Amino acid sequence: MSRAPTRHPGLNLGPSHQSADDAASVEVFGFWVFMMSDAVVFGLLFATYAVMVGRTAGGPGPSELYDLKSVFIETLALLTSSMTFGIGATMMKHGNRAGWLVFWLVASFALAALFLGFELHDFVDMVHKGGVPQRSGYLSAFWALVPLHGLHVTMACIWMGAILLQMAKYGLDDAVKTAVLRLGILWHFLDIVWIAIFTVVYVGGLA
Amino acid sequence: MSRSRIDLPPESDPAATHTSEAREERRNYYLGYVLALVLTLPVFAITGFHLLPTKEIYWVAGAAALVQMVVHFRYFLNIRFKGQTREDLHLILFTTLILGLMVGGTIWILFNLAGRM
Repeated sequence: MSRAPTRHPGLNLGPSHQSADDAASVEVFGFWVFMMSDAVVFGLLFATYAVMVGRTAGGPGPSELYDLKSVFIETLALLTSSMTFGIGATMMKHGNRAGWLVFWLVASFALAALFLGFELHDFVDMVHKGGVPQRSGYLSAFWALVPLHGLHVTMACIWMGAILLQMAKYGLDDAVKTAVLRLGILWHFLDIVWIAIFTVVYVGGLA
Repeated sequence: MSRSRIDLPPESDPAATHTSEAREERRNYYLGYVLALVLTLPVFAITGFHLLPTKEIYWVAGAAALVQMVVHFRYFLNIRFKGQTREDLHLILFTTLILGLMVGGTIWILFNLAGRM
């Protein structure tokens, strides 16, 4: 099947949204460059974690601190929210369904909040077991890596709230459309970082 | 729902939600989701129930994670090998190269040092 060349990562709005699509081709590409630099930051924190993982200095280690069930729920929540966000973006592209876009964005927000709730619970649990950042090199590396991802998800949720307010005030204009596309890039990117986190940190620590 | 009608630009068709393009795009997200689940659930199962020796779990989980990342790039971020106007894929490959050098180099050197201590 032949298709028009894509102009940027993520969902492309296409010719029926001409002005927004033109704006997105520049804005989303710029955002993509930023995401790739963010990937380098995460990659180096993974390298630090890999070096530090055995260095518990007599403190608690992965098998005492991690809860695979909780991580499993977090993984499902974040993965599902990636899918619901994508569906929302197609609702915006095809027929400008603002109501459905809001529905799917709010669903994605709720799933991300579920993720954050379980993650926060994990962190509190770790602190209660003595797994604080200053305890060992391993724990410093953990707290630098995993909560940074959580912070990204939190910021993405705040950004989504801002977009929803903008939409309530100005409607589904070009600025809102390109913002949704950029937030989508961040949303899907954070899910990719989470794949690395649950594999390296949690599965690696509990296998 | 009423405001979505007001906001419609003149050139778009309200019934466009049901075009084949819309269906194909939505199917991409669903397909990516199912593939991601297929790559995730067994990893949690073998880890949670200790169905394999530790070393084998590392290999299976690592391979599944790499394939799942490709699935996410392809189905959620629409990155393809061909047909892009900008260097989206090149950027991923370049970032991967940089990450390979820095992460691989860090781990190599520090584990080597640790081995000599």
